[in-house]
Amino acid sequence: MRSWRLASRAVAVYRATQTTGSALRPLPSTVLPSQIQNQDGVCRPMSTALLMHRDKPGNSVKDDWDFSPENTERVKEILSNYPKNYKQSASIPLLDLAQQQHGGWIPVQAMNRIAQIIGVAPIRVYEVATFYSMFNRQPVGKYHLMVCGTTPCMLCGSREIEDALLKHLGVTRGEVTKDGLFSVGEMECMGCCVNAPMIVVADYSKGSEGYSYNYYEDLTPKRVVELVQELRQGKTPKWGTQNPKRINCGPEGGNTTLLTTPKPPVCRDLDAC
Amino acid sequence: MATTSGRRSAKLLQRIATLTPRLKPRPAVAACDWNPKSLQFWRCLHHGGDGVLLVPDVGRERKTSGSRQLASEGGRLPSSSASGGLRFATSAALPAVGAKVAKAEEMIEVSVDGQSVQIPKGMTVLQACELVGVSIPRFCYHSRLSIAGNCRMCLVEVEKTPKPVASCAMPALPGMKIKTDTPLCKKAREGVMEFLLLNHPLDCPICDQGGECDLQDQSMVFGSDRGRFTETKRTVLDKNLGPLVKTIMTRCIQCTRCVRFAKEIAGVEDLGVLGRGGSEEIGTYVENLMTSELSGNVIDVCPVGALTSKPYAFTARSWELKSTESIDVTDAVGSNIRVDSRGPEVMRILPRLHEEVNEEWISDKARFSYDGLKRQRLSEPMIRRPDGRLEAVSWHDALEAVAEAAHQVKPEEMAGIAGKLSDAESMMALKDFLNKMGCERIWSEGDGKSANVDMRSSFLLNTGIASLEYADLCLLVGTQLRWEAPLVNARLRKAVRSSRAKVASIGPPTDLNYPHQHLGTGTETLIRIAEGRHPFCAEFGRAERPAVIVGSGLLEHSDKSAVMAAVEMIVKHGNAVRDDWNGFNTILLNAAQAGARDLGLVQGARAGNKEIKFLYLLGADELTPADIPADSFVVYQGHHGDRSAYRADVILPGTVYTEKEGTYENTEGLTQQTSPAVPTVGDSRDDWKIIRALSEIAGVRLPYDTANGLRARMLAVSPNLLRIDDLEPPSDFSFTLKNQFPSTVALSSFPKAVENFYMTDSITRASRTMAQCTAAFFGKRE
Repeated sequence: MRSWRLASRAVAVYRATQTTGSALRPLPSTVLPSQIQNQDGVCRPMSTALLMHRDKPGNSVKDDWDFSPENTERVKEILSNYPKNYKQSASIPLLDLAQQQHGGWIPVQAMNRIAQIIGVAPIRVYEVATFYSMFNRQPVGKYHLMVCGTTPCMLCGSREIEDALLKHLGVTRGEVTKDGLFSVGEMECMGCCVNAPMIVVADYSKGSEGYSYNYYEDLTPKRVVELVQELRQGKTPKWGTQNPKRINCGPEGGNTTLLTTPKPPVCRDLDAC
Repeated sequence: MATTSGRRSAKLLQRIATLTPRLKPRPAVAACDWNPKSLQFWRCLHHGGDGVLLVPDVGRERKTSGSRQLASEGGRLPSSSASGGLRFATSAALPAVGAKVAKAEEMIEVSVDGQSVQIPKGMTVLQACELVGVSIPRFCYHSRLSIAGNCRMCLVEVEKTPKPVASCAMPALPGMKIKTDTPLCKKAREGVMEFLLLNHPLDCPICDQGGECDLQDQSMVFGSDRGRFTETKRTVLDKNLGPLVKTIMTRCIQCTRCVRFAKEIAGVEDLGVLGRGGSEEIGTYVENLMTSELSGNVIDVCPVGALTSKPYAFTARSWELKSTESIDVTDAVGSNIRVDSRGPEVMRILPRLHEEVNEEWISDKARFSYDGLKRQRLSEPMIRRPDGRLEAVSWHDALEAVAEAAHQVKPEEMAGIAGKLSDAESMMALKDFLNKMGCERIWSEGDGKSANVDMRSSFLLNTGIASLEYADLCLLVGTQLRWEAPLVNARLRKAVRSSRAKVASIGPPTDLNYPHQHLGTGTETLIRIAEGRHPFCAEFGRAERPAVIVGSGLLEHSDKSAVMAAVEMIVKHGNAVRDDWNGFNTILLNAAQAGARDLGLVQGARAGNKEIKFLYLLGADELTPADIPADSFVVYQGHHGDRSAYRADVILPGTVYTEKEGTYENTEGLTQQTSPAVPTVGDSRDDWKIIRALSEIAGVRLPYDTANGLRARMLAVSPNLLRIDDLEPPSDFSFTLKNQFPSTVALSSFPKAVENFYMTDSITRASRTMAQCTAAFFGKRE
């Protein structure tokens, strides 16, 4: 091996020890939140051990799982959106429904049931469920709080928001609080950069009927803790910007541009032609 | 052309391998399918200096009366293109159902590196380049799998496109100017290579793929000498795919070839791509062994060392091995194999390309049973002493003991049985020897004592393995095709997938890896169909190219004649045998079976029915103690201390298929030869030589001293056994059918011919790997 390669290897090893040293340091965004801890609780940042199912109580291939009677109707409705020979197109909506019904996460038997419904091999459903980070394959809290970690939010302080949440709830990322109410995850850009930083609250406390998925924007570490407290009291805080001086995504203190109807673009006189 | 197609294909492949910088000595693939969904495969040949000759590789033109006619429908001979261009010769192409046939007007012209070439519409850019002899590096593209286009290694430059294009997934368009040697191309390939190597471990020195690795080779040719990645490489959890396939998933580059192979060819949807982005990996998600009879082929398909052979792990490096081209004998398909050996030891077995037989796949039994060649071997002649112990003796003593015993009984009290793995040479010698002793009680194992050998068409796979792809309806009678002949089953699966052929089965319910209709379990259903009292009859009558495959388990069925009569009736009513299509097939189980029938290893008229006092077993191990009278003298000539060796009075050690040049005829009647890859074990001898020596000592000297002399004798008996790799078409099919169906048939279920796929003969029973497979996949140990 050449010396430059040895050197670069040494650098890599050094960086690796630096990374594994601090547990709360944000990970590269390619690592999904659910992958931070493996089954044994050992931190393996670059490992993907959790792309594999292991039987445990509550999530076993021996369990029975089916959609509830009300949701069975919705399954039929969802399937009716697709041609009969393309039933597999329904895998994402059905996984979503299963996740709502099962309190925010999808056990392996739910995926198997969906595979059965849409007539594909189970692995085709596992592929979809593991691809999308919004499908949780491990239990989450009744309120699953996802902090946007993409660049604009990060620049506006999403790490402080996350730290405040984790500190307030006394959990690590991906962990569920002891009362089962909250869990914190990370997610990619939700398109609210103008109101950064933001979090999403996925509310699984009322089943698939009362399921909601709300954005809370313009957060401060203080405000996000208040949000959690309100949620704990069973309230539903008003979604959207949390800055009282702003309306939706308009600027603080009212609009400064676009105060009148803009002029249409200059165009040749079509009637003259 | 057709008569030498197999041989020629091997030669041509060699030639292509030398002409194009093919990087890996694999049994892959100069063939490329211009329409990936059709059955048309075109073999691309470099032809002299003036261009490229295309030879279509479908619908072997055979000497059967029908196929030529059928072939002519699809075959067109496009005129030579403009001067400077390339010529085509499409002499025989059998159109698949729904397959496009290349017509002259559907040809388009593209240029590759300044050389213009005429190609059929629908070919990809990569295939067009291949035609000109320009080899494009690739990882995810495989000519027998669907196109994924995810490795990006095959980037080429196309004039007037802003970016390099992935040639494997880009259809060639008229007038396209493809460039493969520009700086842009080189830079693109180098960049892709750097990305692929980001997370690839630097463990080539301990990797079993080292030396025959696509990634290693292509990074030497197309890669940079340094990368810019200084982060930690990721690690991936290894998966447990069972006792055959070893996984080191950190080495995986996510080409998804294995996923596509499992889904498309093997028909077991276990593997998938899990996760995404930097954490994407191949896996099964739930703990799941890969329960396929073709699972070993993912090892060949994998371009890196992520999937390697578990039994072969760390035993040899590819450059230490000597390769010998040979034939597999673990079933009657006659898959072409390459025996890799080091010194006296077989290290591994790989498939060899033969489009008409096994394409480039082999079954797990063929690939992994080689460790059985080293265990339980008989290495010395032995005689059983009065105290019941076997004692090693000299060849002369052993042969003398046999000769003496043979002369002490009457000819009617003698019998000879050829085993499953016997080659035609030794069977010929056995038959000649016993006949000279006056004995006509000879048969081959698995045939039963009343095999019908009058018409070759009555026991061969008349449709042909490759042509089964063209069947649109197939009725399986008493066969578990997936376990009896995995590669014939793979063809049928191909037909089901590509042209939506329908398959129905009668017999024990079996797990076929494609949709099929299970009509019933035995004679009752068969007779209902034969008499036209079953809804399936109408379907069979409507089919254009119907086929019936009769399992050889039925050849030993008590009601064999009635069952065969019923099958013939179905065939006749369905018009499955006509000038342009022969849909009547029997699937044989054993490598020796077809050859034995061609050589006439059946009981003669003077066989008699007396109690056997002298039994000569040529590797026959399927006998139960009840089959062998207690006071008979048993000679066992064979290579393994298997079942019959325990009963033998004299043991004569013979050779296995990797140690001899033996002729085998496969289930469709194709003659092929094994080649000696390793020396014989101990004091064992070629089987035919043993019998020749015995004949001399017994005083009935056989008139041949050399293998060629013996083959001259075979030529007189069955000339097709000397036409290697040439399919001798079966004689004309004629029905022995009476107008009335015999009413005295007992209603019964058809038996299973194969209980345990992994252990069917003395070699596989001695194999540790096969025992592991049995334990893993059948949940029991023999």
